[in-house]
Amino acid sequence: MATEHSKAAARIMIAPAVFVLLVWMLVPLCMTLYFSFADYRPLRATFEPWIGFDNYVSFFTSSSFISSVVTTLQMVGGILCITIVGGVLLALLLDQPMFGQGIVRILVIAPFFVMPTVSALVWKNMFFNVDNGLFSYLYAALGLQPYDFLSQAPLLSIIVIVAWQWLPFATLILLTAVQSLSSEQLEAAEMDGAPGLSRFWYIILPHLSRAITVVILIQTIFLLSIFAEIFVTTNGAFGTRTLTYLVYQRVLESQNIGLGSAGGIIAVILANIVALFLMRIVGKNLDN
Amino acid sequence: MARAITTRKKIMWTALSWGIGLLIFFPILWTFLTSFKSEATAIADPPVWFLFDWTTVNYTDVLERSNYPLALTNSIIIALGSTLLGIIIAVPAAWAMAFVPGKRTKDVLLWMLSTKMLPAVGVLYPLVLIAKYFGILDSRILMVVILMLINLPIIVWMLYTYFREIPVDILEAARMDGANLKSEILYVLTPMALPGIASTILLNIILAWNEAFWTILLTTVSAAPLTKFIASFSAPEGLFYAKLSAASMMAIAPILIMGWFSQKQLVRGLTFGAVK
Repeated sequence: MATEHSKAAARIMIAPAVFVLLVWMLVPLCMTLYFSFADYRPLRATFEPWIGFDNYVSFFTSSSFISSVVTTLQMVGGILCITIVGGVLLALLLDQPMFGQGIVRILVIAPFFVMPTVSALVWKNMFFNVDNGLFSYLYAALGLQPYDFLSQAPLLSIIVIVAWQWLPFATLILLTAVQSLSSEQLEAAEMDGAPGLSRFWYIILPHLSRAITVVILIQTIFLLSIFAEIFVTTNGAFGTRTLTYLVYQRVLESQNIGLGSAGGIIAVILANIVALFLMRIVGKNLDN
Repeated sequence: MARAITTRKKIMWTALSWGIGLLIFFPILWTFLTSFKSEATAIADPPVWFLFDWTTVNYTDVLERSNYPLALTNSIIIALGSTLLGIIIAVPAAWAMAFVPGKRTKDVLLWMLSTKMLPAVGVLYPLVLIAKYFGILDSRILMVVILMLINLPIIVWMLYTYFREIPVDILEAARMDGANLKSEILYVLTPMALPGIASTILLNIILAWNEAFWTILLTTVSAAPLTKFIASFSAPEGLFYAKLSAASMMAIAPILIMGWFSQKQLVRGLTFGAVK
């Protein structure tokens, strides 16, 4: 059906998209790779084009690298736990018969569309603030001492903010998966007298496993580069400096381009490991 | 319906769902309410819920006294511009891959997707350098191009999945009737592709509007969109909650409404067809 002529036309039509993405991917990445082997500190007017793996060695051996990786893992792990567990429960809940289902769905999904700087600032000031935040009133009403969330539990505070933004995403995707579960299968299990919990473990959860995997992978890729929420709440202080944030500070704040670029390359490699798994699942799906 | 659902059960589920739904929505609701309070009422102890003198003074204040109009204009230009540019580049590519698939189509699609996985910090400094070199740091054109590039894989991917649903038989029938490529695209394909293109545009505007890495780091004032503008409110002290709320509501309201219309597209656009 596809003639040689139409194939040539197809190639021309694809070319612009491939070209811009190729340039976008290769040019800056090659520059980063090049800088990562250089001693480049513009503020001190230092530029030594080749110092071997020195930047990588000092990036890897610095204590801030280890702590940033730990922080990143805690942050991403915490957010994933909340959004996956909460998402599964919410998806099952939203699948139940109820009045005004559409409206509840709208309410639950809303946080995903709030821009990161807005949600971070609203939480920071109107909820976490120790003097005027709502949580302080709540604590006082319960007869407890007000708690300064962002300075005493900064990591947890950011986890809460970001989890609030991503819970709708997990819920929406898991709800799509829940709704594709055949009700006959569930009814048969119910007839056989399987209690609710074992129906959940042996039928619902296995059915959701693929969707859960996809949610974990996609969220991980986005969560590895959380930036705005840290930028407006703690600015990387109090143990909230993730790998992304560390690289940003090295590059733009202390202007140690060589060191920061080495960190950037490490971040790229780590993200690619996650991406590889995701691509495999997506690729398999493309075949059917 | 094999299972009989008792009304009592349904009411129970309704109450529980509404409760949790309102809890999740609460920060947005609270921001909405606060935006109509005076600054004193906004930090009143105990908090005031509905019974206060509703005022729109915060909205007029934010609109008149700050850079808000400029930021809003920038957001609109950047979100629409990057989306349109992306669509212009992506429609031919997605069309070709959907209707004239070759041996490497799948690889090209996956490769495009892989560019989306590139962490932004990995290319931060080169981008700053390139922007400086061309003298376009803090310019709308830079933001339009960068946001187009980071969202292009999603646009291509979404359009591809929509185009693939268009039955090929129709094209063949049109060809039999003597339609050439031009009329094929214009009269047969375009009407069928328009809904998919519209949903793609919608989702992409949302993504571009909320992007908060490049917009914060590569703009200062003249090209700063709302994400950056709102970030400038991060001073720690109180007495500005009402204005912050008003600025926030204006920044999120249009996207919230668009988002509610694009729930289904969201699943398709952000899972790359891995969840159906």
